Amino acid sequence: MSRLAVALAALALSACARAEPDALEFWALGREGEHVRALVPAFEARHPGLRVRVQQIPWSAAHEKLLTAFVGDALPDVIQIGNTWIPELAALGALEPLDAWLAQTPALDPGDFFPGLLDSAVLDGVTHALPWYADTRLLFQRSDLFPGAPAGRWDEWLARAERVQARLGPGQHALLLPLGEWELPVILALQQGAELLRDGARYGNFASPQFRAAFAFYLHLFRRGLAAKTGVAQLANLHQDFAAGAFAALVSGPWNLREFARRLPTALQPHWTTAPLPAFAGPGPGVSLAGGASLALVRASKRKDAAWAWIAFLAEPAQQAAFHRISGDLPARRSAWDDPALQDARVAAFRTQLAHVGATPKIPEWERIASRIAYHAERAVREGRDLDATLAALDRDADQVLEKRRWWLARRGERR
Amino acid sequence: MVARAEGGAALSARAAARPRTPAGLLFAGPALAALALFFVLPVAAALLLSVTDFDLYALADPASLRVVGLANYARLLADPTFWTALANTLTFAAVGGTLSVLVSLGGALLLQAPLARARSFFRTIYFLPVVTTLVAVAIVWRFLYHPRIGLLNRALEALGLPAQDWLGDPALAMPAIIGLAVWKNFGFNLVIFAAALQAIPERLYEAARLDGATGLQQLRHVTLPMLRPTTSFVVLMTAIGSLQLFAEPYVMTQGGPGDATRSLVLLMYEQGFRWWNLGFAAAVAFVLFALVALATLLARRFFGVTLVGAERKA
Repeated sequence: MSRLAVALAALALSACARAEPDALEFWALGREGEHVRALVPAFEARHPGLRVRVQQIPWSAAHEKLLTAFVGDALPDVIQIGNTWIPELAALGALEPLDAWLAQTPALDPGDFFPGLLDSAVLDGVTHALPWYADTRLLFQRSDLFPGAPAGRWDEWLARAERVQARLGPGQHALLLPLGEWELPVILALQQGAELLRDGARYGNFASPQFRAAFAFYLHLFRRGLAAKTGVAQLANLHQDFAAGAFAALVSGPWNLREFARRLPTALQPHWTTAPLPAFAGPGPGVSLAGGASLALVRASKRKDAAWAWIAFLAEPAQQAAFHRISGDLPARRSAWDDPALQDARVAAFRTQLAHVGATPKIPEWERIASRIAYHAERAVREGRDLDATLAALDRDADQVLEKRRWWLARRGERR
Repeated sequence: MVARAEGGAALSARAAARPRTPAGLLFAGPALAALALFFVLPVAAALLLSVTDFDLYALADPASLRVVGLANYARLLADPTFWTALANTLTFAAVGGTLSVLVSLGGALLLQAPLARARSFFRTIYFLPVVTTLVAVAIVWRFLYHPRIGLLNRALEALGLPAQDWLGDPALAMPAIIGLAVWKNFGFNLVIFAAALQAIPERLYEAARLDGATGLQQLRHVTLPMLRPTTSFVVLMTAIGSLQLFAEPYVMTQGGPGDATRSLVLLMYEQGFRWWNLGFAAAVAFVLFALVALATLLARRFFGVTLVGAERKA
């Protein structure tokens, strides 16, 4: 029934989207939706008769809109999706498998993508999307407050952070670690070699020794007073705070390369650096998250040839480099990184980091479990909840979220 | 929703006095059909939804929809987050709702006072927050509440008091939300009270004054009793509105810190539209519906006179 309501809503959406019947419809998210328009003329010049209509969707509404559009059969031909949404849309059967298309396009070599990125689009051996731009997290540091060469190991970094903290004034912290974000605990767990879910992602595995060690390290950062207990919703102005020295380092992504270059005061510009994440053992860098966005061909599309041509065009190294110059997004294809625009020390740290990335579990429920990690991490930090009680609660939550998946897998097993 | 139903009841009560004609049905027909299609039908469908586990898997393959009976409700009642959200919602309704009514009543009385000047100017000023976009206002208030640069903390420090982490401290986050909500909404009730105050005949006050009533006695024995129907309406509408608390915590805190500002509607939104657990979210919706219905009944019981009930008894 709510399918009807959803269908009606989607119908209303599609009514405004179908203005040009022949044009290829492309839904792009956030700023990328603005930037990608600049690449359209080159594509249309190369493919006379093809037209691309870019529709921009804000990130905050995109996930809901994609799902409602799927229900209402109103998806466009090509969609940009966050890499963590791929399992969900693939489970719905909304995405066209790309392996056959890749086979008939020899110029597009899947091996040229960062393996960690491509991996997040491949489920059970089927490629559901192609990475468009790369996203991962590493350390941004104020070199005047946090001096020295990048630390290779966390114990080294920690010792230095303690010295930094001792020099800072009240209200200043060595590290910005917003509560409500699940990324750093998960990155640390991946670095410890933790398997986040067990038995084919049927149950949570957060009480494992590896996850426990990672989470203890995360809590340690707060207990030592190296990070403020600030929620993600309270960050009023990241750039002002960074410039004012409210924190000396933060773990963030490539979008801040351009933001910091533009918004930090000129006097501060020589004094910020990027560095790959430290590791717990052995030489660095430590693993970070494989993030970013991919391009997917919608299974219900009626213009699949044109849609594939557009995806393949955006995956060309020259277009990837051009897109970087326009948007600052990092190319997902390694050969695009030879472009002169990417030969910058701060960007190079991302190239190093992108060779060391790991993936979160590729199941539709992951985002929900991740939000529980953030929730329990916040409670442990703010209320000082016991580590083992926190991890047990996390396992309970994950097991409950995965209940339907267990049932679904069991039923699928019976049918076979 | 409830007010509309009562208005409808009032109409039908009056209509009962006159003979019914098929022509009346013809006039009412289109509206009734629209109401059935867009109101009754979705509500019935949501009720059905709440006894299933409709989720992403069911969206992909309808065969994986399970009818779970009352399991969603059982899970809801066993979920500590639900009880926290319920407690938060009730706290907001009780404290925020009461404050909002008192502030708007006080404001209206001040505006009505003989000494007051530039009344329509102040009425406009007080009404302005009501018509501004909540999201924009919430962002401004987030700056006011900012622990380091916020105006509120600057004021506290100037008075020699310690600065507070308004939206980050679980004990202060809900009071902070209430502060915003009262400021944002009291203007609406104020205008209603102001209109009702103007409708009180001057002769009642004259008579009271002749009997030697002081200002306070006039307030207690003339103004407040005359405002009673308005007050019950305002209390009811405020209670219903408060129980549907959503946008303030959604923009300001996302329900945090922890669960300190998670309301029932926010819980429903997250379950339904973020995690696509539509069955579970529908169960939350019906619990909220029961709550609003209960609040309406209680308000009618305690305030006795309501818009419709009085007419029927008469």
